[in-house]
Amino acid sequence: MGSLSLFPVQASTFAPDVDHLLYFLLAVAVFFSLAIFSAIFYFAIRYRRRSENELPRAVHGGMALEILWSVIPFGLTMVMFTWGANIYFNESRPPDNALDIYVVGKQWMWKLEHLEGQREINELHIPVGRAVRLTMTSEDVIHSFFVPAFRTKQDAVPGRYTTTWFKPTKAGKYHLFCAEYCGTNHSRMGGWVYVMEPRDYEAWLSGGTSGGSLAENGQKLFDELACGNCHKPDGSGRCPSLTGLFGKTVQLVGGATVQADEAYIRESILQPQAKIVAGYGPIMPTFQGLVTEEGVMQLIEYIKSLGPQPGAQTGRMAAR
Amino acid sequence: MITAAVQERENYLNATSGLKSWLLTKDHKRIGLLYLATITLFFFLGGVFATLIRIELLTPGGGLVSSETYNKLFTMHGVTMIFFFLIPSIPAVLGNFFLPMMIGARDLAFPRINLLSWYLLVIGGLFALFAMLAGGVDTGWTFYTPYSTTYSNTWVIATALGIFVAGFSSILTGLNFIVTVHRMRAPGMTWFRMPLFVWAHYATALIQVLGTPVLAVTIVLVFCERVFHIGIFDPALGGDPVLFQHLFWFYSHPAVYIMILPAMGVVSELVSTFSRKPIFGYRVVAFSSVAIAVLGFLVWGHHLFVSGQSLYAGMVFSFLSYFVAIPSAIKVFNWTATLYKGSISYATPMLYAFGFIGLFTIGGLTGLFVAALGIDVHVTDTYFVVAHFHYIMVGGAIMAYLGGLHYWWPKITGRLYPEGWAKLSALVIFLGFNLTFFPQFILGYLGMPRRYHTYPDEFQILHVLSTAGASVLAVGYAIPMIYFAWSLRYGKVAGANPWGASGLEWKTASPPPAHNFDRIPVVTSEAYDYSTVVGEAVEVG
Repeated sequence: MGSLSLFPVQASTFAPDVDHLLYFLLAVAVFFSLAIFSAIFYFAIRYRRRSENELPRAVHGGMALEILWSVIPFGLTMVMFTWGANIYFNESRPPDNALDIYVVGKQWMWKLEHLEGQREINELHIPVGRAVRLTMTSEDVIHSFFVPAFRTKQDAVPGRYTTTWFKPTKAGKYHLFCAEYCGTNHSRMGGWVYVMEPRDYEAWLSGGTSGGSLAENGQKLFDELACGNCHKPDGSGRCPSLTGLFGKTVQLVGGATVQADEAYIRESILQPQAKIVAGYGPIMPTFQGLVTEEGVMQLIEYIKSLGPQPGAQTGRMAAR
Repeated sequence: MITAAVQERENYLNATSGLKSWLLTKDHKRIGLLYLATITLFFFLGGVFATLIRIELLTPGGGLVSSETYNKLFTMHGVTMIFFFLIPSIPAVLGNFFLPMMIGARDLAFPRINLLSWYLLVIGGLFALFAMLAGGVDTGWTFYTPYSTTYSNTWVIATALGIFVAGFSSILTGLNFIVTVHRMRAPGMTWFRMPLFVWAHYATALIQVLGTPVLAVTIVLVFCERVFHIGIFDPALGGDPVLFQHLFWFYSHPAVYIMILPAMGVVSELVSTFSRKPIFGYRVVAFSSVAIAVLGFLVWGHHLFVSGQSLYAGMVFSFLSYFVAIPSAIKVFNWTATLYKGSISYATPMLYAFGFIGLFTIGGLTGLFVAALGIDVHVTDTYFVVAHFHYIMVGGAIMAYLGGLHYWWPKITGRLYPEGWAKLSALVIFLGFNLTFFPQFILGYLGMPRRYHTYPDEFQILHVLSTAGASVLAVGYAIPMIYFAWSLRYGKVAGANPWGASGLEWKTASPPPAHNFDRIPVVTSEAYDYSTVVGEAVEVG
């Protein structure tokens, strides 16, 4: 039997925020529970039936009381709402200098890739004190990336990208769980997050058996799939140039615009007919089944490496 | 079948006899008993699944059953308890029996449809039972896609069909209640003279009629996706797996109120009867039931805070979820205020009502935690949520169901249950329940995910406590089953109104005659008027 602990460790900047809100909610809950329970106990004893023929005076209610005990709880809940929403808002806004890591969930493992090309399964090594942004998807069913010590959780949904971020504050080894039921070995789909001192992290990074960075592998894939035959860098091809695309606002057929973020590029590779760039024809075939989720991520990093336009946004607006 | 040896007077139990007289009955009271027998069997079955789950979780590494089996156990526990026990429980048993009597009617508006509803529940239940015996289903009671539509190799369709059919039972019961309340009230029974039990059932019926068809549509879509691969949920075919969650929770969150609103109705009756006072703020409590039914349809997205739903959708659903908390809180305050200067009896049903208020308060207050976005991101899909909804559904709905069953047992059977045993079991259930589920709040905040067959060692002590509590709870549930059966033959004969209650159902004999009232009552006073019930009244308060 493991040792009994009653409270989880705090290992990210969000953890104290979430725990402070918890303390507030606990205080409210304990106050109201005690108030109601003591009132019930007191009334039940004080006004216990002493003779079978008792007939208490009928009281039908009082509007002042009803308003009082509607308005006060409502005010308190609005504090809870605002406080909770504020944390949620921060959890969806990663800082620009965040370390990017890609995550693919599949039955029943987590596959993680660093930009430098290190791949991990069910383990994540990250440095303390640096914000980390995860961009995730799933190859099969819905999974959920959950690190209790960070107080963060995000579903990995097949067919789309979701993102989350956290900033570890304490070196150590923390549970990584899959929190969304995903089939037979759901409870074994997890591992550890290792938060390391920056020096240890650098050592770990350089010790990896890297087969090239994500962008380099993306370039190889780009060449293998002959994407460059149409997507010529100078814009003379049958398809739009990808140079400087990432983060740009793209004009589509029909007048709509879209920001070229990870989700847009992923969709354009797997479902090219979904959004057609203005001035081009719907001629690109789908690469669904020809390129894996990891391959798509490599391609995205390659396209990112083609350079953002000066002053462009960096696509951090991905919705939770 | 209930023997009626000592009752010479004709009543609904002895008016006709033979199996056929029960299976083809159109008497709402007999149909209520058919439901009682049916859902008791499902409760037992769901309880067996729960027992196996809790025994398995004694050790962190699994070992009693395989992961496949464990996943089927929690799925079938959820499916059985929710669709075949909790949803029908109070409405179909106590509502069926007492709603017409409480408004002075001889039956529901559509007796044949009422019988059909029971058959639909049985047919749906047989589908689900078949699926369980044939190999079970492992999707979780929530059937999330694309696991349920593409990846699970278990009996998804048979189970879903069972739920589909049982859903129509719920819809028809709701329809019957709505029409009955509108059309069948006795002379003088105005809307604001109706017992709060009737108001609660009316609100519940609205949800049943408006919400359940969405579940039916969703099940049909899952069926089509699984069989014909139409591509509505499968992203490989251009579908959206999260769409399922919206559709599912559009029904299944209001379904929580199908379970808890009737329970609140029961508690209003109990608190009034056993403090011998009208419910404080009667109209506020009545309207709060309707408010819960309406607002309950606007909060489903709070199940999707980490699903990838948009940031602002998450905020709107969190905001709206706090609205639905208020009418629930108002009810608790009004019940408590009713006790003030009352004449409070500690009869068993009142103990259950106290238990309900206590556990529902904790369940409701922890609902505020999971509605707070920042907290929910951490605790969703953990044992915190498991504890929260068991406080509502078991601590709330089942406590009220048992309280109601004890309260009306003398009316249903004409016999009293043994009071000492009943008080003991109420206490055992209350203690066992808290020992089972309170540790799960701590487990959840520590990060223990739900639906885990195996878990890290450090969670074991809390799991052992929870399992210990579950065994106490099992004993607590077994005792009433035994003494209720015993009382059918040996219980003291109850008079027409053993509690000094005020409702119309107590103004007729116990058990009631087949047509409820020899003469249709004329109502001349508000609900919960005890002045005519208590003989030589001793004024207090």
